[in-house]
Amino acid sequence: MESQWLDGLALGLHIPDGFLTTPVALAWWVLTVVAIAVAVRRTGSELDERQVPLMGVMAAFIFAAQMLNFPVLGGTSGHLLGGALAALLLGPWSGVLVMAVVVGLQALLFQDGGLLAMGANIFNMGVATALVGYGAGMPLLRLFGGRSWGLAIVGFVVAWLSVMVAALLTSVQLVLSGVPAAVAFPPMLFVHTFIGIGEGLITFAAIAFIIATRPDLVKSLAGVVSPAGLERRAGGGLIGGVTVVGLLFAVGAALASPLASGDPDGLERVAEDQGFLGRASDAPYAILPDYTIPGIDGSISTILSGVIGVALVFVLIYGITQAVRARRGDAPNA
Amino acid sequence: MSLTSSTLERYVDRISPVHALDARVKVLMTLGYILTLAFLPNGEWAALAGLAGLLWWGVWQARIGLGLVLRRAFVALPFALVAVSLVFARPGAPLFDLTIGPWQLTASDAGLIAFISVVIKSWLSVQAALMLIATTQVVDVFLALRAFRLPTVLVAVMAFAYRYLFVLIDEASRMLRARECRSAAHHGRRGGGSIGWRAAVVGQMVGTLFLRSYERSERIYVAMLSRGYRGEVRTLDTQPLDSRDRGTLIGVLATLALIIYAALVW
Amino acid sequence: MSESIPRPALAVHGLRHVYPDGTVALSTIDLTVAAGEKVALVGPNGAGKSTLLLHLNGVLRATAGQVAVAGTLVGERTLAEIRARVGMVFQDPDDQLFSPTVFDDVAFGPLHMGYPRDEVTRRVAAALEQVGMAGFERRMPHHLSLGQRKRVAIATVLSMDPAILALDEPSAGLDPRARRSLVTLLQQLPQAMLVSTHDMRLVRDVFPRMVVLSGGMIVADAPSATLLADAALLDSYGLEAP
Repeated sequence: MESQWLDGLALGLHIPDGFLTTPVALAWWVLTVVAIAVAVRRTGSELDERQVPLMGVMAAFIFAAQMLNFPVLGGTSGHLLGGALAALLLGPWSGVLVMAVVVGLQALLFQDGGLLAMGANIFNMGVATALVGYGAGMPLLRLFGGRSWGLAIVGFVVAWLSVMVAALLTSVQLVLSGVPAAVAFPPMLFVHTFIGIGEGLITFAAIAFIIATRPDLVKSLAGVVSPAGLERRAGGGLIGGVTVVGLLFAVGAALASPLASGDPDGLERVAEDQGFLGRASDAPYAILPDYTIPGIDGSISTILSGVIGVALVFVLIYGITQAVRARRGDAPNA
Repeated sequence: MSLTSSTLERYVDRISPVHALDARVKVLMTLGYILTLAFLPNGEWAALAGLAGLLWWGVWQARIGLGLVLRRAFVALPFALVAVSLVFARPGAPLFDLTIGPWQLTASDAGLIAFISVVIKSWLSVQAALMLIATTQVVDVFLALRAFRLPTVLVAVMAFAYRYLFVLIDEASRMLRARECRSAAHHGRRGGGSIGWRAAVVGQMVGTLFLRSYERSERIYVAMLSRGYRGEVRTLDTQPLDSRDRGTLIGVLATLALIIYAALVW
Repeated sequence: MSESIPRPALAVHGLRHVYPDGTVALSTIDLTVAAGEKVALVGPNGAGKSTLLLHLNGVLRATAGQVAVAGTLVGERTLAEIRARVGMVFQDPDDQLFSPTVFDDVAFGPLHMGYPRDEVTRRVAAALEQVGMAGFERRMPHHLSLGQRKRVAIATVLSMDPAILALDEPSAGLDPRARRSLVTLLQQLPQAMLVSTHDMRLVRDVFPRMVVLSGGMIVADAPSATLLADAALLDSYGLEAP
């Protein structure tokens, strides 16, 4: 069981305590509390009493769904974060609450992410993913004229986007806490460009499955109004704003990363070489110039420390997954 | 052989002075401890040693074994590597040069101090969180959160999530096992399908799990209605803190304040 | 592959399994199942039946001893091959069926093995034909009855052309009609079988040989007719005569 949580760390988004400075951690706690308060208000009326068991079980579902993984390369695995999926299936504010509970329980039960850093973690993986997922998803859905299969395609796009936004926010918080931008941004965004594709593919297939099996559940959703018949329409202004910001962030990140083609075949080719680890530590040389914009002084040592950071992160992820594999071999029932 | 019981659950039923404390006290002490660590300036080794001593004394009191806590606390290690960059990024007196290929990195003393401080703080914070959950029933933590005026809906959702968490993790584990059993290959031929196909399979598993979870929640809701649920979540009133709870809380918080004060003033 | 003496479908020697917490789940199991032989594995809950089955395809690793399937030793390097030779079917078909359609699910094994598209299609059709579910290709497992899902779950491993089927409680929860058709299906399938069950009527109807497991040990291994007539033996292991 523990191995699963180690695997989860490969996402690199659960910030432990100690890495964010206190003002940064507290500032994000404030934002998260505000977001949760809005979400509670929007979802918690007595008229919708069904929501408590539904959202509780859905939080458990996201938690368990994050375990379902698939081998990608070199012992690493792709799996779900789930924020965009939750928002598309349940609506943005229910999605926020569900994800907040997921992230909170991960920190509480499995020490996956810190308690002081929980505000930031909930914001990155819960609030941002759900609001970006829904906020970007609804206008996109209109393009498909409410056709239900459109939802699956939209799911791919917004799932990728939500992962990029979460990675970007995590990087921003680390940089505000004194980590050099060259260490925080390139590896985070680079790795999550691919993790995001995995997220997108899984989200796409999950929604397609649900549409095929229980179209009644998603009919209302694809019609852009009350998802799964549970939630009234969300506030347009805030979500629109979040979407625009999220889109800008993600598009910028994608442009900056030369491999962010959104093309699964490219990923496949890289994976088939089994040479991803080697490539990954090379690639930042190409990426770095673009990242001099957000506040890097451009000195060679800063850039190099970024490169070393990338290499270390990859070596570490590789090492952990190998260790986890070894442990699984010893005790597959544990 | 449950596949999923958290390894920490074994320790929750032990009897110790720490286990006997009210959950609210333990939640406050944990938060106070982690905040103290966060406010501590870098390089305050004496204060860090004092905080570590305080925590390990508590672990000893709780009879859960320091080894377990220390080992489990390494979950934060991957992030420590991000912090390595601090060694070379902080301005300060140069310590040594590291030559990698044509490049040279200069480590600074301030950077090294920042790095070591961050790693120790992170390590101790995880241990504090572990202590809380190894000595407190999760349900009592929820009640404590409720007592701290967290919205009822949120706490109720957390409680439901916790109740069904292990049920669904078991379901997911069984699916993974069934998939593993059919993941075959021919001798000498590369199996496994394409990455896209693998992702699609996982997506289908996620979809299956969603539908089963959704339908389960509908059954739960019906079962709740049939037992008189009307949409509000009721909880028992919590007991007032006794004198031992209050004494411990005040003692620990005062010690933490003293450590911070000593570190900032001296 | 082309030896004159037929290899047993399954050969287990001195198999022992100790869980990480120190519980001895299996102690010194010796068991041989001939090609095409159908063996029932009975015993109370917790006797180690599921643990034994999970050793056949290496999901669990032996603490000591060895397992060979159709002549290939189960080990780290042979795992992928072994998975194709052992058709493992779990008690709850919902665990096994995770694809949107019956076709996709039965195709999972062959696709994972890298067969070309038309070969996959052929194998799926043949497997569904064998379990009497031809024509259900486009149906969603979610909408099938429990009996139908159990048949599809068996088809998902038949499509991989296994040497031995390992079934866990195949008749649990079935209504009489579905149970009867399962009996017929198991009688007709040519593969060797090791089937864990509490259903003594199923044992009587399908399995000529019966292995009783208790406390992680084989306590009886004889023709079913003999053991089912031994009231004292059945009683001492908490089993009931059919």
